[in-house]
Amino acid sequence: MSIVSSLGPHAGFILASYGASALVLAGLTLAILRDHRAQKQALDALEQRGAGRRPGRETS
Amino acid sequence: MASLIDLANPTRFMRFSAVVLPWLAAASAVLVMAGLYLAWFVAPSDYQQGETIRIMFIHVPAAWLAMMFYSMMAVSALGTLVWRHPLADVAQKAAAPIGACFALVCLITGALWGKPMWGTYWVWDARLTSVLVLLLIYLGIIALWRVLDEPLRAARAVAILTLVGFVNVPIIKFSVDWWNTLHQPASVLRMGGPTIHPSMLWPLLILAVGFTLFALALHMVGMRAEIMRRRVRTLTILEAERLDRLATQGLPA
Repeated sequence: MSIVSSLGPHAGFILASYGASALVLAGLTLAILRDHRAQKQALDALEQRGAGRRPGRETS
Repeated sequence: MASLIDLANPTRFMRFSAVVLPWLAAASAVLVMAGLYLAWFVAPSDYQQGETIRIMFIHVPAAWLAMMFYSMMAVSALGTLVWRHPLADVAQKAAAPIGACFALVCLITGALWGKPMWGTYWVWDARLTSVLVLLLIYLGIIALWRVLDEPLRAARAVAILTLVGFVNVPIIKFSVDWWNTLHQPASVLRMGGPTIHPSMLWPLLILAVGFTLFALALHMVGMRAEIMRRRVRTLTILEAERLDRLATQGLPA
């Protein structure tokens, strides 16, 4: 007996609940990870250009 | 207390979170997997609600987390208004989308559970309406963060809105006791202990802890991103000022 048939007459509602939750949480995770990567890249680029460093100071 | 204060420093937080994050993510993955296995293959179906009880294992942790993240935001709002701590602003801003998503999951799964059990996706009863209001407050807070450019000004405005909106959290919790609602009363967090059978309670608690760790891991990543965004903003302003100075002196950049 498959999982879907073992869920009875309301299988659609149960699977839709889990599917929608997975979609929302996956979207949230992706958005946060993409934002983190974008900010890290922007910060690395600025630091490589020497932004914020006092004139005359060398990078270590 | 001293170590908490030490941690409330953006540089220390970045170092601490880099170490803790992989462990938090791994622990949440293990607990969510174990909880889902128990919820789907070990927990029995309910004698009244049948297999739709499986929806509870997502719906209830989502509802708890939606309220927990709002409560965390209210504490951070106090940190912003009373101590003016920049990490409190960061924590508050990073928590809003996570809480909003859990409120959305709670509403979607509640509607999909309501249709087969109540015969309707939605009723304007106190519990359902107050959770919808919570989602709208979250969206309002996210919008306010985006409208105001200057982070410190935005943080104070958002903190006030967050504290005003906090009145909704006890309303959500006690709505099923104060009003006659279609939604069932509390069956886990209640005086006198849970009324759920342990075969369903354990998977629910394991999933609740797993989702909480998952949400805290996301919050930590969100806070790290926000700290970096502020550094990028500061460095961009400093760079623009430097170029401006050089331009007025007639020197090449």
